[in-house]
Amino acid sequence: MGVDDILGLFNYWMVIVLMMIGLYTVVSRGNLVKKIVGLNIFQTSVFLLYISMGKVTGGTAPILTGKPEVYSNPLPHVLILTAIVVGVATTALGLALVVRIKNAYDTIEEDEIQAADDEKEFGDAAAAEDGRR
Amino acid sequence: MIAAHLPILQVVVPLIAAPLSVFCRRGSTAWALTFGVSIAALAISMALLGQVLDRGTLSYELGDWAAPWGIEYRVDAANALVLLIISGISTVVLPYARVSIAHEIEPHNQTLFYTCYLLCLTGLLGMVITGDAFNAFVFLEISSLSTYVLVAMGAKRDRRALTAAYTYLVMGTIGATFFVIGVGLLYMMTGTLNMADLAERIPAIGANRTLVVAFAFIVTGLGLKLALFPMHLWLPNAYAFAPSAVTVFLAATATKAAVYLLLRFLFTIFGTTFPTFEPTLTYLLLPLAVIAMFAASTVAIFQVDIKRMLAYSSIAQLGYMVLGMSFATVTGLTSTILHLFNHALMKGALFMALGAVVMRFGDATIDTMRGLGRVMPWTMAAFVAGGLSLIGMPLTVGFISKWYLVAAALESGLWPIAVLVVASSLLAVIYIWRVVEAAYFDDPPEGVTAGEAPPALLIPTWTLIGANIYFGIDASLTTRVAGEAARVLLGTAS
Repeated sequence: MGVDDILGLFNYWMVIVLMMIGLYTVVSRGNLVKKIVGLNIFQTSVFLLYISMGKVTGGTAPILTGKPEVYSNPLPHVLILTAIVVGVATTALGLALVVRIKNAYDTIEEDEIQAADDEKEFGDAAAAEDGRR
Repeated sequence: MIAAHLPILQVVVPLIAAPLSVFCRRGSTAWALTFGVSIAALAISMALLGQVLDRGTLSYELGDWAAPWGIEYRVDAANALVLLIISGISTVVLPYARVSIAHEIEPHNQTLFYTCYLLCLTGLLGMVITGDAFNAFVFLEISSLSTYVLVAMGAKRDRRALTAAYTYLVMGTIGATFFVIGVGLLYMMTGTLNMADLAERIPAIGANRTLVVAFAFIVTGLGLKLALFPMHLWLPNAYAFAPSAVTVFLAATATKAAVYLLLRFLFTIFGTTFPTFEPTLTYLLLPLAVIAMFAASTVAIFQVDIKRMLAYSSIAQLGYMVLGMSFATVTGLTSTILHLFNHALMKGALFMALGAVVMRFGDATIDTMRGLGRVMPWTMAAFVAGGLSLIGMPLTVGFISKWYLVAAALESGLWPIAVLVVASSLLAVIYIWRVVEAAYFDDPPEGVTAGEAPPALLIPTWTLIGANIYFGIDASLTTRVAGEAARVLLGTAS
């Protein structure tokens, strides 16, 4: 693997790094807000992937000037505008759900919510037994 | 004149109605609007299916931009049938929803409920009708985002609806993002997003690592969306805690649209000649489908909440659909598409019957079911009929699905798989029998004052049961369309 593979594909390496950080955060964190943040990082990595692939070396913005010019492919950029909107909507909805969960459970920690649900379903005896363990 | 614009009207009518319904002051007005739109959507899908069967594939160019530059809507036998399932189920669910939703959701949220419902309908119809890969992602997200809201509206009955919706949101977003990564990689290699165009260019490029990665991302992403075992974890809670009408609608349509997209990508876009096509189907989808059939059915047997039990049963049924497609034969795909249709009918009816129980008793646990055969005879009779269809009794649609699936397995020379299909049906017998036993052989607890469900719930339920039996006896229409769809997908259409 040469320098070109690392520097030349720098954007794509960063896409992978961000994607993994995002996914790991979603999986590993018990805090519901942190999960949403992880999801955001994950989605951002995809935005970068699309934006990078549309770039043409030495190309300018695709604006009609009458002169023949090299320009970047605008389509992936436009696509990703849509995906950004989707991402914002997902984040907003996710956070709104977290607010509702906070109101209903008085916590946004996954394990505490689980414990509250278990206590409700199996009664206090099971919860007490859990505590002893 | 208007007939030429039917493909776009299919999506645009509910899309425009969604913001309009926000302005309705009362839930009943919003309901009337939604119901009207749903009937219109059903009429359009029936007209589209008629046109497709007469004249073959329809293509519609949005804003007259020629494909592959513009977005193309492409209707063939495969998606025309799925469109019919979605709009048909929606039209049957809505009369049921009016009473059930009025009972389960606060009055000030009811108009917003119908707005989200319309958006969900738009998204599902859109992702099925579109011939553009990125457009499919956008509609997929429209339907998913509104679904999360619809599921969370079950919070009035049980606060766990909120956590179920949250989990679904996280998993659903990961699935959809995987899908869009795959689409991006496809665009990178081919420079096109049009599905028909992709189908031509991918074989020309041949074995290429980027394409293989795109394939993997798309199959995984859609697998998450359709709750393919072991990516099904979001489904049981989402179905169990959503409002009853939402459960009926989602169980009958949402995963079906994802199954359709997977079919479209596997068979039309990548095609049977794609290098990873066969290994994926034989070594990944087939075993996962068989495991889903057994694991999910076994888990279903031990559920206390019957809504949850049926949710697990749905995962097993999705296993049958994926199994059918994994044979990659005309009979196999026919069985998948038939089961898309038939499962929508049987699960819709079963969840409707449970919704009636939830409305009367506040929940649907196995304890609640005790003695219900006498308290709610019509509801429970519908549950039994739906259950028989789920098991695969002759004269019901379930039998037709299983028949084709077993035939497909035998045709591919996989007789052990055929045996497994029959064996897994026995597990369905066990979990349906549990409910029947409680409902008919136990006495109702002392002091039950609730009675039969209102006709507004019973009529839609029995409509679906009637469809279960009708299409179980005369399957000529469904098998003809499903067979045609299978041939279109495999590219062997006459």
